[in-house]
Parts: sequence; structure tokens; C-alpha cells
Amino acid sequence: MAAIVELNGIAAQFPGAEKPVFADIDLSIARGEFVIVVGASGAGKSTLLRVIAGLLAPSSGTIAHEIENRPDRREIAMVFQEARLMPWRKVSDNVALGLEGLTVSADERKQRIADALKLVGLADYGNRWAHELSGGQRQRVGIARGLAVDPDLLLMDEPFGALDAITRQSLQDELLRIWKETGKSILFVTHDIDEAVYLGDRVLLLGGAPAKVVRSYDVDAPRPRSREGEEVGRVGAQVKADLSTLFDEGGGI
Amino acid sequence: MSRRTFLGAGGLFAFLLIWELVARSGVVEATLLPAPSKLPATLISEVTLGFWHKMVLASLNHYLIGLISGSLLGVLVGSAVAMFPTLDAVQSWLARLLRPIPPLAWIPFAIIWFGISETAAAFIIAIGVFWINYFTAYTAVRAVDPDLIELAASFGHRSLGASLRKVIMPAAAPGILSGLRAGLGQGWMTVVAAELFGITGIGQRMNEAAGLLATEVVIVYMLTIALLYGLSDMLFVAAQNRVLRWQR
Ligand SMILES: Nc1ncnc2c1ncn2[C@@H]1O[C@H](COP(=O)(O)OP(=O)(O)O)[C@@H](O)[C@H]1O
Ligand SMILES: [Mg+2]
Repeated sequence: MAAIVELNGIAAQFPGAEKPVFADIDLSIARGEFVIVVGASGAGKSTLLRVIAGLLAPSSGTIAHEIENRPDRREIAMVFQEARLMPWRKVSDNVALGLEGLTVSADERKQRIADALKLVGLADYGNRWAHELSGGQRQRVGIARGLAVDPDLLLMDEPFGALDAITRQSLQDELLRIWKETGKSILFVTHDIDEAVYLGDRVLLLGGAPAKVVRSYDVDAPRPRSREGEEVGRVGAQVKADLSTLFDEGGGI
Repeated sequence: MSRRTFLGAGGLFAFLLIWELVARSGVVEATLLPAPSKLPATLISEVTLGFWHKMVLASLNHYLIGLISGSLLGVLVGSAVAMFPTLDAVQSWLARLLRPIPPLAWIPFAIIWFGISETAAAFIIAIGVFWINYFTAYTAVRAVDPDLIELAASFGHRSLGASLRKVIMPAAAPGILSGLRAGLGQGWMTVVAAELFGITGIGQRMNEAAGLLATEVVIVYMLTIALLYGLSDMLFVAAQNRVLRWQR
């Protein structure tokens, strides 16, 4: 499989900090792959996504994109934990945010907004205000906003972390459907191990100070998966054991 | 008619009635407290003599020039200071020193610099309006959610101009508009005082009338200001509600 983004020896350090947040990260994501990053809070997961999204310059290392660069799309799109909808925009205008800098005709823009909203099951919600939506619906709008720019890679930073368990499970299944339908690559951050092994092809455990990829797990379970499946449970137990060892060593906090 | 409207109208009517009765009873001298029933005739005479619209237009002129320049400068400087930490640091002591000076304390300098002129009146009005807008714009821009700025950046809107257009201006709009509205009221408060020093306008006419103990003329202009203020506030709120449709 061709890598869509490849990180080589990436480190990030905030000005004034003694140590880098993470160092020496190598990571390669294949086209259509679903990769999960887990790790304790403060491990540097969000910072890693910011570096990949180009919002933060790495202090060393290189990032190579094997992504087709076209004026009518963005290579990478981000979905945040708190949905981050603009309250002064209708739902469809929120979805349009990323299209506004691209060369997309008015007709195509409309079409892409409609398609993205349909994909997340909100076809009839374009004319609502953000405050009229539930938490789960807001998060769907955040996903639609990412999909509307037709990225190859979707970066998702704990997108379901603030949702109740039932909504979270149904959004996980929605996301798997969207992933299958669109063939996008996804890099997904979570601290919920069950979510990680249910969704991912591959799970990376981030830990230490500065953080590095402590271990990588392949989840070889066929899809559609069962949450109680044997492979899913086995890898999940392994990740949890490693995470608590890391915690005891004091490296995770 | 709702109970509230009914009681509101009743309260106003009772106030006028008591005022009328007190004025007619002779307990107070007529020049100290003219009866409200004398006011319509006074208004008509002010209008037919040509004073009323001359004074209203003159005051409106000072008011608008002061309001617009004070609001524009206040919003611009307040927003800029909120966006650039260096500017913020530079202004921090300066603003603390200058802001507490009441606009009317600038009257001597306004007259020394600009003479008894329209500019002097507009200047005094602008000062009060400036500080109100300076601080509301500053607070509103400071309160813009940095997560939304990052969101816009992640979708390609990275330049200062882009984050201003996509995030900062719409996010700060409710705060800035409430400052503009407060300035609208503050302007009417200062306009009369600024004109008491002989600059043509409502304040000057009131001062003249008071000197002749023509108290009913004074009251006509007091009510004129209340009317103008109420009207401008109403128009502003209607415009504000349109701009902020997205708020509940
Ligand atoms: N803007 C910033 N400036 C300075 N330090 C930061 C900034 N953002 C994050 N950090 C620090 O970097 C580390 C990793 O943060 P983050 O990537 O948010 O972790 P995670 O997402 O895994 O919880 C933390 O120690 C945090 O305090
Ligand atoms: Mg995080």
C-alpha cells in the first residue's frame, strides 16, 4: 500500500519548554488505512495531529505527503473533540468553511455541502443553527465539514470523547460506514481503548517524556467487527496492560 | 392589551396627573414647575418660531459627528490592542490614567483648542463614546475563542485578514454592538452639557430659557432629548437584532 503521509524522526517542542513533547516519531499511514493513537492525557496526541495538519512546525524531522494537491480540495482535514461549530453560521455554512478558500463553483459548493451532510445523516439540517443541535449532531457536522473538502487524510482528535456512551457507539458505527464508503485514510486519537481496537487497523501507543511510539498493535479482526470479538478483546487487553505498565513507570503522566 | 402594557400606561398617566394637580394647586410657583398641559402649546410655539428644528438639527449634527468618530476609533483601537500583546502592554497604564477623566472635564481644553464651535461639542461627545467602545471592543476581541481561530486556520484561513473575517469579527460582534449601543446613550448625555457653553443646540437653548425662567421651554427640550434617545436606541436595537439573528 502506498503511504499517504510519512513522518520521519519528527519532534515538537514548545518555546520555553525544557523537553520536547515528543521526539523521533516515525509514522506512515497507508491510503485507506484507519490508524489509532492512544496515550495518557498530556502525552502529546493533539500536538502530533497539529504537526501533521501543518498548524505547528516540527522542531526536527520531515513530513512527506503523497497526496495529490489540487485547488479544489484540501489534502488534510481536522475534526476536533468539541465540534467547534461557529454559532453565527447555519449548519451548511459551517460545513462550507473549508470550501471558502478553494476554487469551487457555487453549484459545486452547494452539492458538496449537501453530499457531506447526507453522508453524516443530516441531509435536512443545513438550515439549522448550531445551538439547535444535540452533541452527537454537532459532532456529525464537524465530520461533514472535514469531508466537504474531500481530503485524503482525516485527522480526528478524540471526536467522540465528550459524548454519552450510546451516542458514541452509534457514531463509531457511522464513522466506519463513512470510512468504507469514502475510502479516506483516518488518523484517530482516543483514550478509550475499546474504541481504539473496535475502529482501528492499527493502534499506536504513545508514551514517555518526551513521548515516542512505545508500541504498535495490528488489529487483524475482519470487518464488520463485533465489539466482543476475540481478536478485538485480545488486542484491547494487551494495550490496557501496556498502558498501565507505562503508568506505573511514571512515563505516561 | 397585556397587563404589563396596561400598568405601564397607567403609571405614566398617574405621573402626569399628579404633576398637573400639584402645578395647578398653587403650592409651587408656576415658574418653578409648569403644568404638563402647558407643554403642547410651548412646543408648537418653539416649532413655529423655528427654534425647535434648528436646535435639534444642530445637536444631531454634533451628536452624529462625535458618535461616529468616537465609535469608529474606539472599536478600531480597542480591537487592535486586544489582538497585539505589545500594543496591549503599551496601553495598559495609559488607559488607566486617561479613562477615568469624565468627558465633561475635557470642556476647557475643547474650548481652548477648538473655540466655541461645533468641533468642540463633537470632540467632547467623541471622548465619552470612545472609551466605552474602546473597552467593550477590547473585551469582546479578547474573549474570542482561540479554538475557533485554530479551526479556521486548519481549514486554510490563516492570515490575519482571514481570521479577522472568518472568526474575530463575527465572534466579537455581539460585544462590539452592545458597546456601540451604550455609546449611543452616552452621546446624548454629553451633547447637552457640551452645548451649555454657548455652542448652538438643545443645551444652549435650554440654558437660555432657564435664564429667563421659561421652565416650560426647558421641559420641552428635556422631553425632546428623551424622545431622540429612545428613537435612536430603538432603531439601533432593530438593526442589532438583524445582525445577531443567530443568537437565541
Ligand atoms: N500551546 C502550547 N504551549 C505550550 N505547551 C503546550 C501547548 N499545547 C500543549 N502543550 C503541552 O504539550 C504536552 C502535550 O499536550 P497535548 O498534545 O495536548 O496532549 P494530549 O492531546 O495527548 O492530551 C502537554 O504537556 C501540554 O502541556
Ligand atoms: Mg488532546
